[in-house]
Amino acid sequence: MPTSTQTTDPEIPPFERFYLAHRDDVLRYLRRLLGDRAEDAWQETFLRALRAYDRLEHGRHLRAWAFTIATRVAMDELRARGQVRNTVLQAEAVAAAAELRRPAYRELEPFTDGLPPTERAAVVLRYGYDLAYAQIADALGSSEEAARAAASSGVRRLRRTHDRLA
Amino acid sequence: MTVSPDLDARFREAAVATGLVDVRYDVVDSPVGDLLVAATERGLCRVSFTPDEVEDQLARLFGVRVLRSPLDDVRRELDEYFAGRRTAFDLPIDLRVAPFHEQVLHELARVPYGVTTTYGALAAQVGRPRAARAIGTVMNRNPIPIVLPCHRVVGASGSLTGYGGGLDRKRTLLALEGAILVP
Repeated sequence: MPTSTQTTDPEIPPFERFYLAHRDDVLRYLRRLLGDRAEDAWQETFLRALRAYDRLEHGRHLRAWAFTIATRVAMDELRARGQVRNTVLQAEAVAAAAELRRPAYRELEPFTDGLPPTERAAVVLRYGYDLAYAQIADALGSSEEAARAAASSGVRRLRRTHDRLA
Repeated sequence: MTVSPDLDARFREAAVATGLVDVRYDVVDSPVGDLLVAATERGLCRVSFTPDEVEDQLARLFGVRVLRSPLDDVRRELDEYFAGRRTAFDLPIDLRVAPFHEQVLHELARVPYGVTTTYGALAAQVGRPRAARAIGTVMNRNPIPIVLPCHRVVGASGSLTGYGGGLDRKRTLLALEGAILVP
């Protein structure tokens, strides 16, 4: 018996449509995280999505889902390179999550390369792709507070870099 | 920054190699317009004259993991057919239809290249001599036209009667096979 929430859930689109809708954004995002080595991670992201696709229960939040998989693949890659040291969980507990406006982010975006990987992922997902903190937390495998802390710590670091170079 | 054609092609190839794609499709150009062709692991499952409307249908019938990727064998055999160099298809078929439709389509597959039959004759061959109208419905819903040659079925008077892809296409196919004189 379908419930009211089930009837409002959008159908799962054919995989081809999902792939076409998100492939470019996911590649851009992975380039931001991994640089030149993004292509293998990008392919792995969509292969993992394909593997899980027939187990999806509805077609909501597919964009966030794609970014979640991409983040996990990127973190695996960075871990293998020894560049992640549980930074999310150790992220400073910053009280004020500095809310960054879009034009400001565009100005700071070029400096995201210098951030530790988890801060970079949190900042790019929040301000570059507009994901909610709950979705970012899911992508990073952390709590929502940790995701928020990683983003705001990243933003403060970006501002410091920007001010130093400006 | 967008995904390059090369990267895209590598992903599609890798995806198919996993064996997880429920149904693949490709678009093949032909003298009767662009054809969407689709195949599962078991074989060719769809030929459509309206490529734009088929993705969702494929997802409903065969599973949501629908991916566009080259179907080289299908393309080659169709190209040979349209060039007049092939009179029978050797492609495996994945036919998922009701039993009566299946019985009729199997009978249809035996109608040779360049020959026409009638709805009534086909009805008689499946043991339902008065079911010519039902045969018309089966032809109209044939999921694999051209390869399962419903264009070779005409009315008792010899008139072309009807075709899922439109009468112009039926005429073109029959002319190509030399079954009628002019398209």
